[in-house]
Amino acid sequence: MKALVSIKRVVDYNVKVRVKSDGTGVETANVKMSMNPFDEIAVEEALRLREAGTVTEVVAVSCGPLACQETLRTALALGADRAILVQTDEELQPLAVSKLLKAVADKEAPQIFIVGKQAIDDDSNQTGQMLAALTGWSQATFASKLKIADGKAEVTREVDGGLATIRISLPAIITTDLRLNEPRYVTLPNIMKAKKKPLDTLTPEALGVDVKPRLKTLKVVEPSKRKAGAKVADAAALVDKLRNEAKVI
Amino acid sequence: MNSPDEDQILDAISRWLERDVRPQVKELEHADRYPESMVATMKEFGLFGATIPREYGGLGLPAGTYSKIVTRISEVWMSLTGIFNSHLIMASAVTRFGTEAQKEAFLPRFASGELRGGLALTEPDCGTDLQAIRTRAVRDGDDYVINGTKTWISNGIHGSCFALLVKTDLEAEPRHRGMSLFLAEKGPGFTVSRKLEKIGYKGIDSAELIFDNYRVPASSLIGEAEGRGFHHALGGLELGRINVAARGVGVANAALKDSVRYAQLRKTFGKPICEHQAIQLKLGEMATRCEAARLLVENAARIYDAGERCDMEAGMAKYFASEAALENSTEAMRIHGAYGYSTELDVERYYRDAPLMCIGEGTNEMQRIIIARQLVARNPA
Repeated sequence: MKALVSIKRVVDYNVKVRVKSDGTGVETANVKMSMNPFDEIAVEEALRLREAGTVTEVVAVSCGPLACQETLRTALALGADRAILVQTDEELQPLAVSKLLKAVADKEAPQIFIVGKQAIDDDSNQTGQMLAALTGWSQATFASKLKIADGKAEVTREVDGGLATIRISLPAIITTDLRLNEPRYVTLPNIMKAKKKPLDTLTPEALGVDVKPRLKTLKVVEPSKRKAGAKVADAAALVDKLRNEAKVI
Repeated sequence: MNSPDEDQILDAISRWLERDVRPQVKELEHADRYPESMVATMKEFGLFGATIPREYGGLGLPAGTYSKIVTRISEVWMSLTGIFNSHLIMASAVTRFGTEAQKEAFLPRFASGELRGGLALTEPDCGTDLQAIRTRAVRDGDDYVINGTKTWISNGIHGSCFALLVKTDLEAEPRHRGMSLFLAEKGPGFTVSRKLEKIGYKGIDSAELIFDNYRVPASSLIGEAEGRGFHHALGGLELGRINVAARGVGVANAALKDSVRYAQLRKTFGKPICEHQAIQLKLGEMATRCEAARLLVENAARIYDAGERCDMEAGMAKYFASEAALENSTEAMRIHGAYGYSTELDVERYYRDAPLMCIGEGTNEMQRIIIARQLVARNPA
């Protein structure tokens, strides 16, 4: 069984994000980039399935500029068998990514496609769901546990009320939640080995996908600064402020 | 600038440091406990083979990349680097001077971390003046029989193989022609007499080793020729000094980073102390030292990687970076005030760790003499 995992190159989670002065987006020049943490969880899950003997091949896919190769190398260093970059300098929105991933899925025919539930840059939380709609495959989002047996996937999902466990048929799209696993470290010997693993490059044109943005970003602004706090004399004064000023109780 | 490879390597190391090392440093350091689980991860990471050639199972990293790894780890816990530094210098002696059979027998086991250890050069009566060592090896058939005492041996307790410097000829003139370097694996006659207590550099074991009629096969004599040991030992010291310099950069950086942060949080007279000139002067000097020390290390590593003689440059890097660590840790303590003196924060650890780099791997007094001698030799009047 083949597993595909999608990888997004995002601003590293340790970086303090700054909005560009013209308000068109966030600054990404000279900023540390790394793999979207939810995608790391996706890679880890695929690797565990391979180590358990369920999956035979793990293929990492990324869509974006040439620099995404670096992020794919990290996926290879984690243990993916090979990687595919759909290279484009166009701004990619979730629907475009879903279409590209569908095109790759058509070529690769995986039984399971594991996707991070969302990327930490735009927090869209759409790609997995749209990919499921486009492929017509079953989907299980926000997975915190995944078991595969007899051609079915049993997935525990994190939902508002608690945990929901569902059984779906394969092929399927799984989106990962935070508690699915704790990703392993990339080790130095594996970084070296990853250099020899195949990394193929495709283009949206070759896949016949129109990736033109359909949504327009009007303005990006910094969150408003937190206002200074105030000290109150006693609990009664606090209750009074909460009730009459903040109007939250 | 780092290469993309270096970025990936340093990124991998940093993740481990932040997730598994930083949260545990204080406890392990204060208890002076050996970091078993970290050593296991370091094995997985290939650090015990970092500079060992790839054909023998190592990563084959150049000194430039390696020194950046050392700096990065030292920014979090300097002691950890001691677990593989002298181990790799032992390995470099085998790589550079060993026979093919010795390389095949030892390097893969060194690289995997299965066999770990370090250098056994220093004796109770001599360190910097290595030619004065008294440990003796006497040939007996296919073996050598070794008697003597070594001290301040890093990894002495947890390691199992050491590059052991001995005298094979007491009469030789000059004295260094009578010295030889052996690969000594622990066995009968090789005992650890005690763990040495130190003010810093905790967690890693420094020990006294006793050799009492310890037998080692003649095939363990590096290069299988007597009289070259001094040369072999010194050959490793260039890399050793780059190592120690890189540690110095790490400690100096850590002291600076903590200070910059604290100076913005701590307020006196109505403003953060980073807005007072007294603190700004300190921060300005500390940052400049860090940058200068880093550049000296990079320069020495570049010359080392080019295969050229770099004792002067490595000496400069070692001298300057270790003093930078010492000065920055002292200034960090002043900036932190009472909190710097408290054992709750990390500053006190930098303060205890920094002097090691000034003393170890050839004292800083010796470094300046080496620099001066080279300066004269390279510029004859």
